Amino acid sequence: MRAVCWEGTNRIGVQRVPDPSILNPRDAIVRITSTAICGSDLHLLDGFIPTMRRGDILGHEFMGIVEEVGHGVKNLNRGDRVIVPFPISCGNCWFCTHELYSCCDNSNPNAWMAEKLYGYSPAGLFGYSHMMGGYAGGQAEYARVPFADVGPFKVPQTLTDEQVLFLTDIFPTGYMAAENCSIQRGDTVAVWGGGPVGQFAIRSAFLLGAGRVIAIDTVPERRRMAEAAGAETLDSMDPDVFEKLRDMTGGIGPDSCIDAVGLEAHGPHLDYYYDKAKTMAMLATDRISALRQAIFACRKGGTVSVPGVYGGFLDKVPFGAVVQKALTIKSGQTHVQKYLPRLLRHIQNGDIDPSFVVTHRVSLDDAPLMYKTFRDKQDGCIKVVMKPN
Amino acid sequence: MLAGAMLAGWGLRRRDTAGGAAALGAAALLYRGGTGHCHVYEALGVDHGRSRGTGIAADRFSDTRQRLGGRRGILVEESITINKPIAEVYRFWRDFEHLPQFMEHLASVTVRDAGVSHWVATGPAGTRVEWDATIINEVDNQVIGWQSLQGSTIATAGSVNFDETEHGTRVRVRLQYDPPGGRLGAMVARLFGEEPNQTIREDLRRLKRLLETGEIPTTEGQSSGRRTMVMHPSARKSGQHSYSQRPLRAGAAR
Repeated sequence: MRAVCWEGTNRIGVQRVPDPSILNPRDAIVRITSTAICGSDLHLLDGFIPTMRRGDILGHEFMGIVEEVGHGVKNLNRGDRVIVPFPISCGNCWFCTHELYSCCDNSNPNAWMAEKLYGYSPAGLFGYSHMMGGYAGGQAEYARVPFADVGPFKVPQTLTDEQVLFLTDIFPTGYMAAENCSIQRGDTVAVWGGGPVGQFAIRSAFLLGAGRVIAIDTVPERRRMAEAAGAETLDSMDPDVFEKLRDMTGGIGPDSCIDAVGLEAHGPHLDYYYDKAKTMAMLATDRISALRQAIFACRKGGTVSVPGVYGGFLDKVPFGAVVQKALTIKSGQTHVQKYLPRLLRHIQNGDIDPSFVVTHRVSLDDAPLMYKTFRDKQDGCIKVVMKPN
Repeated sequence: MLAGAMLAGWGLRRRDTAGGAAALGAAALLYRGGTGHCHVYEALGVDHGRSRGTGIAADRFSDTRQRLGGRRGILVEESITINKPIAEVYRFWRDFEHLPQFMEHLASVTVRDAGVSHWVATGPAGTRVEWDATIINEVDNQVIGWQSLQGSTIATAGSVNFDETEHGTRVRVRLQYDPPGGRLGAMVARLFGEEPNQTIREDLRRLKRLLETGEIPTTEGQSSGRRTMVMHPSARKSGQHSYSQRPLRAGAAR
């Protein structure tokens, strides 16, 4: 089959690789009909995530048709149309039974690696480094799905691929980010990053009762997409973002702040150049100017919710502001499985049509080009969907 | 026995943190050397005559006890919590023939008769270690203790305790062994740079995964671009957009 492979920092290729096969009783093989490039894949492209190896198959947002199931999978049949959540979760461990699916104790075969960096290992993920399990991803014609009786979620034929594909990651990720804000009716929520997760966070915040959402991004088409959802917007390269947020909220600050940017933030202030120099010199692992600003801008007693990916050790975190303003910080890889039934209902009810975010529809062979287009925000690129077959 | 499996397997292990491991081994030896204290016997209550065991005469083990009670001997302690009822975890462990399913370096365990079993571990370069062990203490759903029979290649003793917690059944393993002399001893010396706790931790992790999920998650045998060198024709076509137009060479993984 053809698969999108990581060949090194800044090197993505499409290769012919062996078809996947069932390796464990609870595996399934899915023939992929749609697969997307996630903003977090760009961190792999740029070499910010450790323990990648040349030849790793990328991709963790994919859906398709069940081709084959292991003898341990009783709830799926050949021919079922499913979306596949990006965290691999066993469904049996204490964490899974408490709906903390992205904290699954059992799905990471390389747990010892993650333990060295994080103390305890989170769930294995598709196509997201060996530390996170080393599982082959879904930017390919087929994928092997472990614990297929827990992850894959059947979707109705009445909905198109593009309407349900983002249930794999970015819709629940944006939703969990908003849910983590414990939004009270009428709250003001500020969202840093108008990429796909930011866009879903904006819409989810409104679904959960926010009165105002303020989106902060420097890319005009992303601000327009946010405005289409009813958000007010600010340019993240504007040096006065804090002052403007202050003015817009009557001197109080947003009730909650969502950092949907993550570890490769850009910014107009000196601290961005400081982070850039330190990460380039390998003295820091993450660039965090969006997170700093979110913490600084948040009102006293508010919540900073972090769906953006951070990988390592963050430098110059204004933790004093967290303590002195009594902030709550919430984060985590998304417990996707927990949110699927309610988000599917929102789609079926017409509360949201996730296909709004798609800007590029291409074939798998275009992946190398599209990674670059997406990263560099060229051609109005916000979300890329690839059709492998 | 478990120790034997670990012992034989260390040479294969790559999960090194050599300094820490050497320090750990040294610390255990120093502690033992200084106190003559035996954790396994303490866990079993053997030294204090609290054994509710099989009633086998104590002098049958004097050799093992002597070898583990002295200056030599290594102690490993690890624990894990398994989200399964205590009785199920206990039952699984109590049938020693299950152990090779999760103990990587244990080739087989054969239960012979009342409490006596034969153990085979394999290690680097076809090394094979065999010994007989017997259960010296067991309390249903609480503890199993064992030690090697007198005259074994390896003197070893171990215990596993089971407790109920709010997160499941906590399994605590203590192992002690005395490395043999001669060729095996030399191998053990070479292996000292490795990390025994990590070995047993991985074994326990496999036990947990097997009991909780019914399988041991793996990526071995999955697809990757590491062993292919032919780029798909259409990929080559779009190679002008690619960051790398070089296909991977066979064997050039990593």
